Amino acid sequence: MNDFMQQALAAAARSAPPWLEPLQARGREAWSKTSLPTRKTEAWKYTSLQALQKTFSAAPTQSAGSPLGDVPLPELSGPTLVFTDGHYRADLSTTELPAGLRLVRFADATSDQAERIAAALGSAILPGRHVFAPLNDATLTDGVFMDVPANTRIETPVHIAWLTTGQHESISVTQRLLVCLGENSGATLVESFANTATGGTAFTNGLTELLIGRGAQLNHYRLHLEQGDVVHIGGVHARQEADSVLNGFHLALGSALKRIDLVVNQQGPGAHCAVDGLYLPRGTETVDYHTCIEHAVPHCTSRERFRGIIADEASAVFNGRIHIHPQAQKTRAELSNKNLLTSNKAEINTKPELEIYADDVQCAHGATVAQLDPLTLHYLRTRGVPRDEAEVMLSYGFINELVEAVEQAELQAFLKPLLAHRFARDSRLTRHIL
Amino acid sequence: MLKIDNLHASVENKAILKGLDLAVGAGEVHAIMGPNGSGKSTLGHVLAGRPGYTVTAGSAQLLGQDLLTLDTEERAHLGLFLAYQYPVEIPGVSNMEFLKASVDAVREHRNEPALDSVSFMKQAREACKAVNLDQAFLKRGVNEGFSGGEKKRNELMQMMLLAPKLCIMDETDSGLDIDALQVVADGINAMRSPDRSFILVTHYQRLLNFIKPDRVHVLSGGRIVKSGDHSLALELEERGYAWLEDVA
Ligand SMILES: Nc1ncnc2c1ncn2[C@@H]1O[C@H](COP(=O)(O)OP(=O)(O)OP(=O)(O)O)[C@@H](O)[C@H]1O
Ligand SMILES: [Mg+2]
Repeated sequence: MNDFMQQALAAAARSAPPWLEPLQARGREAWSKTSLPTRKTEAWKYTSLQALQKTFSAAPTQSAGSPLGDVPLPELSGPTLVFTDGHYRADLSTTELPAGLRLVRFADATSDQAERIAAALGSAILPGRHVFAPLNDATLTDGVFMDVPANTRIETPVHIAWLTTGQHESISVTQRLLVCLGENSGATLVESFANTATGGTAFTNGLTELLIGRGAQLNHYRLHLEQGDVVHIGGVHARQEADSVLNGFHLALGSALKRIDLVVNQQGPGAHCAVDGLYLPRGTETVDYHTCIEHAVPHCTSRERFRGIIADEASAVFNGRIHIHPQAQKTRAELSNKNLLTSNKAEINTKPELEIYADDVQCAHGATVAQLDPLTLHYLRTRGVPRDEAEVMLSYGFINELVEAVEQAELQAFLKPLLAHRFARDSRLTRHIL
Repeated sequence: MLKIDNLHASVENKAILKGLDLAVGAGEVHAIMGPNGSGKSTLGHVLAGRPGYTVTAGSAQLLGQDLLTLDTEERAHLGLFLAYQYPVEIPGVSNMEFLKASVDAVREHRNEPALDSVSFMKQAREACKAVNLDQAFLKRGVNEGFSGGEKKRNELMQMMLLAPKLCIMDETDSGLDIDALQVVADGINAMRSPDRSFILVTHYQRLLNFIKPDRVHVLSGGRIVKSGDHSLALELEERGYAWLEDVA
């Protein structure tokens, strides 16, 4: 039993809509039997949860008022739902919806909607695969249900911004998103996690479930932009039906700790997923990505490309598991993880984990760890490029391929300067990459 | 232009250059020939300040300035250009942004106004055309997946855009097909001017039929062991290096 969330659990129990109570109760029950993973737990070997060794409580309601400051957020043309410290902010949200799309907050759900949400919540998560899922259930009072009916293609991106304000000390924030794509539907979803100021400390528990129907396509971008003392434990759990496509893009700038689990469960033949990811911790930050692709049926494909640049005394973990079940013949799976360490004290633990129980499959994987190549740096300098600019160009060059592959144009325009300035604030050093 | 006296240099504690003297006047073209492993590329790398190459004695001056105390980029700003025997691939950095960064840096140090992107694009396209590379090469990663000959032409394109004072071309003619050799020779000839000098490192007298050198040197065992005019290259082609003393 972990008592660091007692206040938050009690507060949630008081303020949930009645239909969520059974889910909360089940969550509380499961959480009470969960012990926090330690470094002896295999999946947490390199990541300490020391930061959770204090008491967190729910943040007070803030219906309006706290301004966003200069929080870096993409400006997208579609609807945007903004949450601050776990509370919905109507004043900051744009709720005009494209035809066909339903975007429902749990707190606002009609009884029909509530019934659907309650039935679907948790169904994308394979049993026991997300330690913090019961806690998310137990503290759930509001969340977002994105529902795309069959044969509906939504062109404009849907943006959910999960923000913390830094105004409160040691708050816990529960974030929950449920996405259902009906047969042959299509949508683009952007989730941004950011803090508007780096004061205070926050523990954010973000759980996203993606139910992707037969022949449907979801483009899902998950941007972790929190800085400072934020501890984010998050998960994306996807279930793909036959011939569906999941295109994922993940970004994690560092904060005290970010641990993100991505599990894609391919349940129907012909499903395809392609996930790109970037992690860029620096200072003493830690980013930990655990991905797992469950190839459960024949004729599915997956491709993962994760790149990390780890600076200063930061550390990162990339664990990429590919599980090809006995019946999953003709699977094609690719996994590539490349890391660049820009300091001698930076640390990366990368581990591809292949479990292949079918014989007629193609599976390619590779992981590399390197430092900036001195000869490449020298070559740039022989052409007159100053050393500091050359270093920025090479660092950005290391991730450039994945940035260029971001199809959503507004998002790419947002990401380029954000990432370039990650390597240098001085525009003299970034002018040739932007 | 360039004056090298008694240059000694080593790589990983192994002495490679052992008392090399060379003087190249403004506007001159010098060819350096010599056996494999004699130190020709080492000379270029030492002049460009490559890490791991240590000068143990001697001096090198470019335009009256001590080259050896300058940082690599400062040498480029002063007007030194080394076309690599084995150009480096830089995935993720496009040829275009690489060229713009180089040109901007060099122009800045010559107190020339920065080129706006339109005029730069125009120049880059012209340079592409001059070396017979498709414009698609501007968008690709620097040298990434380029064929051997394409890499050499890409080096020449950089040289054209940077307009250096001293161009050291390390076997730019190796691995080129006959047409490409003509393209490269035309490019170099078009750049010749009274205040620009060239050192052509080559194994083949063929290049020198296209570009007439003022002097031909033989580098062997880390030193210049013989110098002459164009006829020396013809003689080497016929007789090889064995007849020269000091051949390692
Ligand atoms: N890192 C190194 N460690 C040890 N020896 C080296 C190193 N780099 C170069 N050398 C040696 O230095 C010598 C000179 O090499 P260099 O590349 O200058 O020859 P070169 O005259 O250009 O030959 P080529 O005609 O084959 O291009 C060679 O014997 C080479 O093996
Ligand atoms: Mg050589």
